[in-house]
Amino acid sequence: MSLDDIEGRKAMIEEVLSEYPEKARKKRAKHLNVYEEGKPDCGVKSNIKSVPGVMTIRGCAYAGAKGVVWGPIKDMVHISHGPVGCGQYSWSQRRNYATGQMGVDSWVTMQVTSDFQERDIVFGGDKKLELVIDELEAMFPLSKGISIQSECPVGLIGDDIEAVARKKAKEIDKVIVPVRCEGFRGVSQSLGHHIANDCLRDWVLDKGKGEPGFEGTDYDVLIVGDYNIGGDAWASRILLEEMGLRVIGMWSGDGTLAELERGPKAKMNLIHCYRSMNYICRHMEEKYGIPWLEYNFFGPTQIAKSLRNIAAQFDDKIKEGAERVIAKYQPMADAILAKFKPRLEGKRAMLYVGGLRPRHVADAYGDLGIEIIGTGYEFAHGDDYQRTTEYIKGGTLVYDDVSGFELERFIEKLRPDLVGSGIKEKYAVQKMGVAFRQLHSWDYSGPYHGYDGFAVFARDMDLAINSPVWSLHKAPWKAA
Amino acid sequence: MSAPLRQIAFYGKGGIGKSTTSQNTLAALSEMGQKILIVGCDPKADSTRLILHAKAQDTVLHLAAEAGSVEDLELQDVLKIGFNNIKCVESGGPEPGVGCAGRGVITAINFLEENGAYENVDYVSYDVLGDVVCGGFAMPIRENKAQEIYIVMSGEMMAMYAANNIAKGILKYANTGGVRLGGLICNERQTDKELELSEALAAKLGTTLIHFVPRDNVVQHAELRRMTCVEYAPDTKQADEYRQLARKIHANGGKGVIPTPISMDELEELLMEFGIMSKEDETIVGKAAGAA
Ligand SMILES: Nc1ncnc2c1ncn2[C@@H]1O[C@H](COP(=O)(O)OP(=O)(O)OP(=O)(O)O)[C@@H](O)[C@H]1O
Ligand code: SF4
Ligand SMILES: [Mg+2]
Repeated sequence: MSLDDIEGRKAMIEEVLSEYPEKARKKRAKHLNVYEEGKPDCGVKSNIKSVPGVMTIRGCAYAGAKGVVWGPIKDMVHISHGPVGCGQYSWSQRRNYATGQMGVDSWVTMQVTSDFQERDIVFGGDKKLELVIDELEAMFPLSKGISIQSECPVGLIGDDIEAVARKKAKEIDKVIVPVRCEGFRGVSQSLGHHIANDCLRDWVLDKGKGEPGFEGTDYDVLIVGDYNIGGDAWASRILLEEMGLRVIGMWSGDGTLAELERGPKAKMNLIHCYRSMNYICRHMEEKYGIPWLEYNFFGPTQIAKSLRNIAAQFDDKIKEGAERVIAKYQPMADAILAKFKPRLEGKRAMLYVGGLRPRHVADAYGDLGIEIIGTGYEFAHGDDYQRTTEYIKGGTLVYDDVSGFELERFIEKLRPDLVGSGIKEKYAVQKMGVAFRQLHSWDYSGPYHGYDGFAVFARDMDLAINSPVWSLHKAPWKAA
Repeated sequence: MSAPLRQIAFYGKGGIGKSTTSQNTLAALSEMGQKILIVGCDPKADSTRLILHAKAQDTVLHLAAEAGSVEDLELQDVLKIGFNNIKCVESGGPEPGVGCAGRGVITAINFLEENGAYENVDYVSYDVLGDVVCGGFAMPIRENKAQEIYIVMSGEMMAMYAANNIAKGILKYANTGGVRLGGLICNERQTDKELELSEALAAKLGTTLIHFVPRDNVVQHAELRRMTCVEYAPDTKQADEYRQLARKIHANGGKGVIPTPISMDELEELLMEFGIMSKEDETIVGKAAGAA
């Protein structure tokens, strides 16, 4: 029995769990497993309330709705409605890039809050919200709309933000979307994504305004669930366009209100982050008959596979286009692999991220010869763990909503060559002498999507893993 | 050496007579030479009307909202002087249906404490609205606030039910803070065997019925004139009742108890014991008077 076989890793889980009090041990045991080849899912429970007392890495519904889904829509102003902290301390952390001029046609980099004070709690915040909207309208007459992102207290005191939205939308003749994403709702940011999708449905798409004058083509697609972290959506979009498709909207990275409104005109929804935006795809399929397809633009293997899958939904022109694109970029991919694979072959990595990444990046690592020995999601549901089986091999350690303690123990025991997770984990892991890359923000780098992104990805992983610092972290006077 | 500050609070079912009883009793206490501060913890701001001869306009929260925040307020802006030099403050709060009145009570009480409103008085009395609906309204029960809670109740089942619930609230904080149950005050509603029933409930809760306040129309006569009975009709029997209650509360300092609240079943049993409900006869449940 070793830490490299299923039994050994299962025993390791038991050992780590045994340090918990009984009640916590029982609860956490259901979220940890070693994947067995051929099983239809990873064998872990998910989307359940975190165990009180552990350090969970999850976020809140507000983070899911404002931070992830709505925040990147650049020509709307997003109000973090409530006390100042929620917006202030998450300001620009997502790194969702957008073109445009701040304050003219883009507000992505701005943090706008109603800054609740005691009296707003006591007397209710609706009046202040109206005032904020009036002020925003005076300051930014060119904005296309406003979203109201509720923070916890707004839900606690029962403000009627929908009524304010309706009233003010009439007054200023713009779209105003009230998003009831109070942080205490649900068990993680995941409910925030869902709420954000529902608001997109109810307050934009199904209002049926559409985009006047928009003329469709047979090749119109939407990019759904790409937030343009470090420019990801741009690196994806060019591939789709080069193969002959027309991207009529990016949801929501570098996106605009018009791109949302014309959504129902799409011929197909191409969804990257399934977790955060599958809801709207399902709705659009039901209501507008728009089919949707999941794709993966991490690493040349998956990119080529996805391009062909997408092309298969269209005519020969697009199919030829896909082959042309793949042929065009293959030399570039080969050059990247020739340079980095020899330096990375045989390395082992552990991941702990959100959304789609714990599975979607696996083959990008695989392309570089790096093996994923452990992976897990912050806020996945059962369907994510089913999809994960397509990417991981038997023996992979799987941890759902892993606690700070568990992750640290697993890293200590397995000692991978690289850990990919978030800012909270970064320095703790590096102090353990293990290389680290942030996989939420791309560690201030990116893009990682598409062929262009793969070049950056490969370089970054090499930088982290092969940094000379890892051979120096032991004090020379201590025995090896 | 002056006696330590007494902090008391009146709780009870909505409309049971907390504001009326407390103001009359405090007026009587002031006749005994006690210096009193009344803190109204009710967005209705009607806890001091009979003492001030007017409904308080300048509540803590109202003025704070106008000024920007409570930090911008001065104590004298909100502290009003009424009958017999009784000091009065109303927390105020939002209009019904918006905001969070409970948070308002917390804000107001913190403001009063921090700004020295509790100095140079013998009594601070809190008058809290209806049932304890959220943490904010439990503020006077919590640490270092009221030492004794007086529950105003009657022989009506729901008033007794509310009294029991408030006792639960007191129990919750009795061990962490120092709050105690001072006793029950029955404000007569002329129900069957009201005195006996009230005494029995008091015994179940581990306390006493500190006074039985009769129902008297003179209370309304005084109320119409925005006065307490004690001020409007000092020579009436009703005024004397409040004076008796005042003396009892004054003598009750430090004698509060940790209550022993009962279950809904026990409460119903109590009503059966006094023949107000009958055990065997389940058939009357849900039957109208004419149908029986
Ligand atoms: N002993 C009494 N005799 C006659 N009427 C009384 C007596 N006590 C109270 N009342 C009447 O009952 C009414 C309600 O009393 P009060 O406003 O004091 O109740 P409350 O418990 O403070 O209500 P709330 O929960 O709304 O604050 C008053 O209008 C008052 O005139
Ligand atoms: S949990 Fe509530 S208070 Fe905390 S960041 Fe989220 S919305 Fe804000
Ligand atoms: Mg009252």
